[in-house]
Amino acid sequence: MAQLKTREVLFAPIFANNPIALQILGICSALAITTKLSTTVTMCLAVIFVLTLSNFFVSVIRNMIPSNIRIIVQMTIITALVIVVDQFLQAYAFQLSRELSVFVGLIITNCIVLGRAEAFAMQNPPWISAVDGFGNALGYSVVLLAVGFSRELFGSGSVFGMQLMALASEGGWYIPNGLMLLPPSAFFLIGGFIWILRSVRVEQVETEPYEIGPNTRTSPAF
Amino acid sequence: MKDKNSIGNVLRVAVGVCLVCAVIVSTAAVTLRPLQEENRAAFRQLNVLRAAGLYEPGMNVSAAFERIERRIIDFDTGSYVDPPGGFDPVRAVRDPAQSRALSGDPAGIGRRTHYGEVFLAYDDGGQLERIILPVHAYGLWSTMYAFLALEPDLRTVAGISFFEHGETPGLGGEIDNPRWQENWVGRRVRDQAGNAVFRVDRGRTPEGVADADYRVDGLTGATITSKGVENMVRFWLGEEGYGTYLTRLESRIRAGEVM
Amino acid sequence: MFEHYLSLFIRAVFVENMALAFFLGMCTFLAISKKVETALGLGIAVIVVLTLTVPVNNFILHNFLDEGALAWTGIAALEQVDLRFLGLMCYIGLIAAIVQILEMVLDRYVPALYNALGIFLPLITVNCAILGASLFMVERNYQFGESVVFGFGAGFGWALAIVLLAAIREKLKYSDVPEGLRGLGIVFVITGLMSLGFMSFAGVQL
Repeated sequence: MAQLKTREVLFAPIFANNPIALQILGICSALAITTKLSTTVTMCLAVIFVLTLSNFFVSVIRNMIPSNIRIIVQMTIITALVIVVDQFLQAYAFQLSRELSVFVGLIITNCIVLGRAEAFAMQNPPWISAVDGFGNALGYSVVLLAVGFSRELFGSGSVFGMQLMALASEGGWYIPNGLMLLPPSAFFLIGGFIWILRSVRVEQVETEPYEIGPNTRTSPAF
Repeated sequence: MKDKNSIGNVLRVAVGVCLVCAVIVSTAAVTLRPLQEENRAAFRQLNVLRAAGLYEPGMNVSAAFERIERRIIDFDTGSYVDPPGGFDPVRAVRDPAQSRALSGDPAGIGRRTHYGEVFLAYDDGGQLERIILPVHAYGLWSTMYAFLALEPDLRTVAGISFFEHGETPGLGGEIDNPRWQENWVGRRVRDQAGNAVFRVDRGRTPEGVADADYRVDGLTGATITSKGVENMVRFWLGEEGYGTYLTRLESRIRAGEVM
Repeated sequence: MFEHYLSLFIRAVFVENMALAFFLGMCTFLAISKKVETALGLGIAVIVVLTLTVPVNNFILHNFLDEGALAWTGIAALEQVDLRFLGLMCYIGLIAAIVQILEMVLDRYVPALYNALGIFLPLITVNCAILGASLFMVERNYQFGESVVFGFGAGFGWALAIVLLAAIREKLKYSDVPEGLRGLGIVFVITGLMSLGFMSFAGVQL
């Protein structure tokens, strides 16, 4: 196999092959926790931690894992890491862990984690696998942070809980966009993110299964 | 290298991975547990203080909590009890022996425990300063949990603090907005006869209504959440909630038994 | 009692829809919703797996993991043990195991159903809706009976949502979508709109 370049492995998942925008992986948790930047950042850090280490460990023992129990072995490693993260959050960031509730646990089923373990770490040496995990987690974080930033800024007029735009209800001028605080807004934002990304990188545009033919009707009386 | 798919190797890897993971997870869980429990307790204490209006940013919560006494009461008789082994509200509500299903159930909570907690705050001179009652009810999406603090006259609200809910952010979620919670201070929730009387208006309370003292402004665009909050106060201060206890406490305060 | 279960079921299907209110199982939800037929197959598989795993995990929680749950063993040392931190690991392990077993049983006894569901079953292990439902069951303290109803309701709601989305996507083939939005982009926007629609079920109480 050709030698993979560290830099490429690290940066490719951020825009060229973004896990959320292109591979449709790991969206589940991305939507529910992006109303505030503080929870978003915590989630990103947790995913970076889990993904890097899970890729590393899976890769370390990749030559020993029997193929018929490999999914369960990967799952066990991931779960152990997630539980450690969860316990740490409960001990050192209690308020944040309350706000994230079950979504920390759901990192286990975040398809990015298992997907990278299966697709990359099983075939590559530990160091480059860890880099790949880190890169993919960064790609995930970029989208999440963009969504979290817009939702908090436009939904509550603040960034990291600091009031940037004074709210109308508190004597200021900004009338917050309530939609941004509702979960569906995350879909619109990610949809928009994909649109922008694909306008810049045209090669990512999906082809339609059908081309719509030109209008063949000639007169309104038809 | 030997065949990695042999049964021996499958078992070896499975057991090995399980052992290593179990050790890591257990170590983390056991070493971090005391910190987590401290956090949980501190979070509750903080919200009790906040409801009572005794909280200032940066204060030492557990030191401030020392003048607050936690008592267990029996809802039906209204007297203090001291159940052996303590009382855990989270556990009790699940235990059919310690709780009962509610009929009617205006607050949408399903079951109510036989016993309940109250927090009594005393000032420096040992005088009763606030009574803080844990309350909860179902809103639009979720069960809302709060502490409601009363003045020693047992009618006037000293403060309220919602500490857990999943209401719509920006609408019903505004129940944890301190600005709205300020409105509650000084409102009355029980009338002279000790009945629970309270209303959360739709929008602002109209000017000049006779019972303005017993009403609080509603939240814009959150009719059902507001209704839930109203039901919460009425239920918990009524007969099936703290009503009996408060009536008893009131007559004891009048008689000078409790300062 | 029946009313209680009915209201729990309605809530699990509409108000607290796994896919559209909590966004669980999104990866499969978006990836396998191009055709109504396959969406239906996957939906049914999810219903079956959820109806099985939530009650089983509930049983595990109440008999092994919860604080004091091991009291039935009669061993004094185990009476106070609290193993809830192992919950995640047990739930996911059980889900994986149940999915495996289900696959084998179907293959052996109901080959027709196996052929219809077969390819979706392995996918389900990593569907967050499955693990999510078990975690919600823990958070909300459901009893055993409630967990059966909740599991079935959550699965039904998820299946309903994915079939609806697939139906919309089939129609979407005939519309002229801006280039950059084609495919994934427009699906996100549609899912957002659907989820806004489902929000109007909030507050429905029986």
